[in-house]
Amino acid sequence: MHGLINKSLEVFVRETYGPEKWQMIAGQAEVPEGAFESMLTYPDAVTDRVLDIAVKVLDKERDGFLEDLGTFLVSHPSVEALRRLLRFNGSSFREFVDALDDLHGRSRLAVPDLDMPVLEVDPDGRNAYRVRCIWHRDYGLHVILGVLRAMADDYGVLAFFEIEEGAENPGITVTLLDQDFSEGREFSLGGVPT
Amino acid sequence: MSENNRILGLSARTLDALMPMHIWIGPTGHILQCGCTLQKLMPEAPFPGKLFFDEFTIVRPRRVKVLDQLLQMNGAQLKIGLKGLPNMHLKGTVVALPGGTGAFLNLSFGISVQDAVRRFDLSLTDFAASDLAVEVLYLIEANAAAMNASRDLVDRLQDAKTDAESRALTDTLTGLNNRRAMDMTFGQLLAHPPQDGFGLMLIDLDYFKSVNDTLGHAAGDLVLLEVAKVLREDVRADDKVFRVGGDEFVLVLRNCNDLDLMTRIADRIINRLEQPVHYEGKPCRISASIGITISDYYDPVEIDKMLSDADEATYASKNAGRAQHTVFKPADRPMPEPARDLH
Repeated sequence: MHGLINKSLEVFVRETYGPEKWQMIAGQAEVPEGAFESMLTYPDAVTDRVLDIAVKVLDKERDGFLEDLGTFLVSHPSVEALRRLLRFNGSSFREFVDALDDLHGRSRLAVPDLDMPVLEVDPDGRNAYRVRCIWHRDYGLHVILGVLRAMADDYGVLAFFEIEEGAENPGITVTLLDQDFSEGREFSLGGVPT
Repeated sequence: MSENNRILGLSARTLDALMPMHIWIGPTGHILQCGCTLQKLMPEAPFPGKLFFDEFTIVRPRRVKVLDQLLQMNGAQLKIGLKGLPNMHLKGTVVALPGGTGAFLNLSFGISVQDAVRRFDLSLTDFAASDLAVEVLYLIEANAAAMNASRDLVDRLQDAKTDAESRALTDTLTGLNNRRAMDMTFGQLLAHPPQDGFGLMLIDLDYFKSVNDTLGHAAGDLVLLEVAKVLREDVRADDKVFRVGGDEFVLVLRNCNDLDLMTRIADRIINRLEQPVHYEGKPCRISASIGITISDYYDPVEIDKMLSDADEATYASKNAGRAQHTVFKPADRPMPEPARDLH
């Protein structure tokens, strides 16, 4: 798994639960040097271990923990660069969701060896979309759910999200309820990258 | 059907959606219409109705000033400046409109795109869907973020390297112990003095500089490797060899107050170092000046004093014609009293 993905997990735990918790988790999961490097690649098993141990140490429900990670990636100031890059995917939340299948290609433009989930989007009626997540791990979908929720807030849109469990290919149903729900967060195209 | 018959009529709104930075110039040289994004560069002064050449300058391929000359550039890539905005250049193409009805230009920001979106607060919707400008902006940001992450890693690796070097105990060229290792060895010798004290030999290479100067640094390095090999082979297992300068070496002989032994070792070393090594078929000739002292001369043992005395003896060897050893003579201090051994 790419270091950027591992680093995201680390930063989320450190910023949300404190450096001591992270050290405890990293130690038990045998993360080399106790921290991830964004530009190195790690065996998938290391990421799996960190995740398993984190939910145990933090006493969190796994799906909720992953969703919080997704929300963190969009909304926390320490990862503002990522939010900005996501906002390039559409000038409105509808455009953003519609073009979710571009995200994988976009991430590869930036970091060619980044193994991000592949997202597939199908319109489901006038104001709904079905998003599926194709990845080599089963924990992508809940992170994406968190990302989508936070992005709806970012665009100032009221939307309803539901995980379709049980299906052979689980997905997220996104329903747009109010596209002018709130101001949303400022995004200027020329904003200085942080 | 001739080409002239196939005319496409597009409204201003449609043209805006396709080409938000277009300019339509009438036969008199006045701007008839311009795209909404282009107008954002001069929001206070609408372009339509003004003379094109009052507002814009053609920088490339040639500086032209009248419509007829502009029309001759039909299809060419243009670099265009705005008179009201120095430092801002646009790129684009001009085409002549049929029947002498004027000109039509389509422009883009080219490499000024990042500057432009900042200055004029442009948004995703200000660009045509087919324009790659937004992707370029995305890439600039993504690249900056990735570069930051890479730079962080490089910085940390650099720190780790510096740290490792400062903690290193060996000389990278010869693999011999370095000055830092020598200081540690002396620390241990003072803390746990060997029963028979220790001997110190300072070896300064003769003629090494001329090998470097005449045959180059590669030859010099080869010589140093050979010196290291000789010194390692000529000392006992308990003794230590240090490279403490470019062509300066120190031998510490544990449990050694035997000056005869030390002078024999010194002679053997000089003898062996004088066997030339060959670099690209040419002999590299060196020798060594050696200074010797032993810890028994000092009470209490002072490392700095021993080193400076050994240094003095080395210079005596140099002054006496090099290629020889000198034993330091502690003239102004009494020889150790035999009674001391009774404790």
